[in-house]
Amino acid sequence: MNNRILEEAIEKAAIEAIAKAVIYIPPDVKKALIEAFNNEVSEASRLQIKAILKNIELAEKMKMPLCQDTGIIMYYVRVGYEFPSFKVIEKSLVNAVKIATNTIPLRPNTVHPFTGENPGNNIGRYIPYINIEFIDGDELEFTVVPKGGGSEYVSVLKMPPPGEGVRAIKKAVVDAVLRAGSIPCPPTVVGVGIGGGSDIALHLAKKAACLRKLGSSNPDPVLDKLEKELYEALNELGIGAMGVGGRSTVLAVHIDYAHRHPATLPIGIVFQCWAIRRATARISRDGSFKVFQ
Amino acid sequence: MIYLLKTPLQEGDVRKLKVGDTVYLTGVVVTARDAAHRRFIEYLKEGKSIPIDLRGGAIYHCGPIVKRINNEFKIVVGGPTTSARMELYEADVIKRLGVRLIIGKGGMGSKTAKACREFGAVYTIFTGGAGVLAANTIKRIIKVEWLDLGIPEALWVLEVENFGPLLVTIDTTGRNLTKEIIEGAKRKYKEILKKLEVI
Repeated sequence: MNNRILEEAIEKAAIEAIAKAVIYIPPDVKKALIEAFNNEVSEASRLQIKAILKNIELAEKMKMPLCQDTGIIMYYVRVGYEFPSFKVIEKSLVNAVKIATNTIPLRPNTVHPFTGENPGNNIGRYIPYINIEFIDGDELEFTVVPKGGGSEYVSVLKMPPPGEGVRAIKKAVVDAVLRAGSIPCPPTVVGVGIGGGSDIALHLAKKAACLRKLGSSNPDPVLDKLEKELYEALNELGIGAMGVGGRSTVLAVHIDYAHRHPATLPIGIVFQCWAIRRATARISRDGSFKVFQ
Repeated sequence: MIYLLKTPLQEGDVRKLKVGDTVYLTGVVVTARDAAHRRFIEYLKEGKSIPIDLRGGAIYHCGPIVKRINNEFKIVVGGPTTSARMELYEADVIKRLGVRLIIGKGGMGSKTAKACREFGAVYTIFTGGAGVLAANTIKRIIKVEWLDLGIPEALWVLEVENFGPLLVTIDTTGRNLTKEIIEGAKRKYKEILKKLEVI
């Protein structure tokens, strides 16, 4: 297989996936927002969700990014062991961000943390973030997540004494949502990552918040029960959509875990605003691809 | 109550607004976020003049996506940004520049609420993330100032028509809805932890 053809295919697929992600809200998210609207009792909160739904519709119609914060681009890549070339993946994914910034357009968000300099193309040191996992098969698949800054701002890492166990987890989640208040553009998805280590907990939390489909159940019955229990509890806080008061504080709680060291119980909490943006591209070894949500 | 307001705003226009009211604004709105607010304060300190008269005006916490088409700017997406970051400066901006209406998201703190009460201004929120809905009410760009701060941070002077719904969350009586909601959540906190068997 010609590397050049694959390089072009990955780049094209990534541009298409970024465009799809920033313009169109995935069907599972739209469904969850409509449900939140129907279940909301507070008039002020309902009005906020109504504006959200109207905005989603307008963005689709006008083919424009639905929110001006098009985020930092995150790629979650799954590459088959038999995929013909690994060498072209990173280069094509980075290039796609540069091109998409101009053509869609995206807001130039990458800023040097010390000098404040903005290169203007959403590229920078370690950004776009590219996370690669290997899988069986000969296909390349990646999900693009444009992650906004407002919801990221209220992320939490807790390292409680491990003896506190699940009580510490529940308290950390309630505390984080209360502290976040209206800042992360509720209704949010709360991603919770447990165990592994500090970095692993946050990584799992972010994946749980941004990648897992709404309406899906946790395959682990214990975690499934905990998710539902926390969902109910958090929506009793009364924060509501955009913090104006109401039931729609969270759309879901998603929990994932890794085995932990006996001396630590890392708890990572990552928020995803209502504008859950993601799209996936699947590329075959011959360079043909499809983009879906 | 729903109010249709036009700029320039008189003190009486905003004194009648109460927490929970909805405003649709027609007239001129000026975008300003972190860097512009910092510069407002810097210029006021140094006695330099601000390029736009904000008396009776509306400030919008927004860093838009701007497209350049045939050398002309167009704001394609422009929802609100988190207002809490402007808490450091807003009270002075209200006091010294005579702004009557602030538009943002997420709420503001007690310093801003105090300035709103004293000088006659309100803080309103527009739905966070609803950037296309907001941009759709922009009729034209009147002008842009301080473009050296970068596109998202510049002062975009916009003519808007029925910009809203803007929910009043800080009025001129000292009420602050965001604060009240969080205080309400804090009151439920213990009961919720008990239910979860944390305490």
